[in-house]
Amino acid sequence: MSTDGILHILTEPFSYGFMQRALLSCALIGFTNGFLGTFVILRRQALLTDALSHSLLPGLAVAAIFVGLSPGGLLLGGLIAALLVALGGQLIARNSRLKDDTAVAALYIIAFALGILLLRYARVKVDLIHFLFGNILGVGNGDLLISYAAAGLTLGILIPFQRPVLLTLFDASVARATGIRTGWVEAGLLTLIVMALVASLQAVGVLLSLGLLILPAATAYLMTDSFSRMLWGSAVLGLAGAIAGLLLSFLANIPSGPCIVLVLAVFLGIAYIFSPRHGVLSRFFKGRHLHEESLRRWSGHEGHDHDLPGGN
Amino acid sequence: MRAEAHPDPLLIVEDLTVSYHRVPAIHHLSFSLGRGHCTGIFGPNGAGKSTLLKSIAGLLRPETGRILIGRRELSKAAPLIAYLPQRESVDWDFPVTVRGLVEMGRYHQVGLLHPFSKKDDEAVDGALSLFGLSELACRQIKELSGGQQQRAFLARSWAQEADLYLLDEPFAGLDRGSSANLAGALRTLASRGKLLLVSHHALSEAIDLFDTAILLNGEMVACGPTAETLSPRNLECAYGTAVYSGHHHHEHR
Repeated sequence: MSTDGILHILTEPFSYGFMQRALLSCALIGFTNGFLGTFVILRRQALLTDALSHSLLPGLAVAAIFVGLSPGGLLLGGLIAALLVALGGQLIARNSRLKDDTAVAALYIIAFALGILLLRYARVKVDLIHFLFGNILGVGNGDLLISYAAAGLTLGILIPFQRPVLLTLFDASVARATGIRTGWVEAGLLTLIVMALVASLQAVGVLLSLGLLILPAATAYLMTDSFSRMLWGSAVLGLAGAIAGLLLSFLANIPSGPCIVLVLAVFLGIAYIFSPRHGVLSRFFKGRHLHEESLRRWSGHEGHDHDLPGGN
Repeated sequence: MRAEAHPDPLLIVEDLTVSYHRVPAIHHLSFSLGRGHCTGIFGPNGAGKSTLLKSIAGLLRPETGRILIGRRELSKAAPLIAYLPQRESVDWDFPVTVRGLVEMGRYHQVGLLHPFSKKDDEAVDGALSLFGLSELACRQIKELSGGQQQRAFLARSWAQEADLYLLDEPFAGLDRGSSANLAGALRTLASRGKLLLVSHHALSEAIDLFDTAILLNGEMVACGPTAETLSPRNLECAYGTAVYSGHHHHEHR
């Protein structure tokens, strides 16, 4: 096939207006969620985020009942529902014998069930499948606005506050001791995560939105030992995966949400096996490397050893 | 026993009581310490060693009393304090190199968005070389030995230009070589005019490691030069009686 032919296949989809909006939306949420995912991974909140994504549903349903399907209403409803579950979980954990994982899990599954029931009472006809799995080709200008807002707010807040946030992620008690208000940092992150989930609703739905947050960040985490490289690398991976997944779904005529998530999964699989420092292959060969290092130490070629008494 | 007032103290603790759910962990502590001391905090389990360190770090709210650092209220002295957490509370897989860790110490001086100035880079280099970490600067923090990891955190505090170092059981889990090495680093810091407060569970090497000691048993048992503080009589008093952990019988107001 000629180069022109390939180029035509890649560009032809974007001659349609709905495809242009879908592409822009994918690019925005892919990049933003990838960026934000680094914070989710390093705070070990992947599962809490999954819980939050499920607990959006009753908020969306209530919004659909009272204001219909306007993006602003959905955003507000989802935000309130998710924050209620997150804060409610903390409250229950603090005031009872239940641990916070149990409390949050109980609340989110209750919220999810409630959401499914409430959706029956929406004024407009709402397709549950649409909320659960998204419909990227139906992205309207209002949805795009939400994506712009989420991207702008996330990057606009996290880039300037990178340093205090990094300190909080690394060690919250030390950050507090140096005068950082870690409570605000954590509440702010939580709000941004919920916003990112709502923003990716139209593209991949409630259930798959987690993939856009977790998969690129996990991939980057396996590839680098530098925080800033993980941050930007994860954002770029999210962008690339979302666009590649969208194209693939159009060309093969398969649903876009699963397609995007599976492309991101391929990235993660490659990193898991082949990452030069943290992949399973290099771990397999590392044993020999350490052995050689210790042999060298015993035969005295290691030179100055920092950890022997008087070696300092 | 009440500690004698230090002529020019860096740290003043006055009548400090800290409680968890109204049960006091430390009870009416008062002492003051000057610069250049390496102070061990001793006492049985539950004596309040960690609680004392955390309250000086500003992580716990005192029920009574107050803490002054360099004659400033605790809330205004945050950059002067370096709190080193217990080793198991650190995520050693975090994507940060030794240099990145030490650079964190400069963040409050650099501000939010400014790039590192030449002075900041020099402070980081100086901290790395003082603790013998220059050649390890590019390693991820998990790839260090236990002693090197502790020194990396000390280097971060040095770059922060902290005056008061609070270390929670830094010797736990270190082998002999690493311990000796960490002890050397602590002595270096004391000789440069820093004040170190170190909680420690073993009494055997106390005299070698610390020039002053605080002996706790929920309440202050003794405070002063190590040999006097850890006298057989004081130790009997600290370890022989049960740690006070009942409800208050008086109001802390």
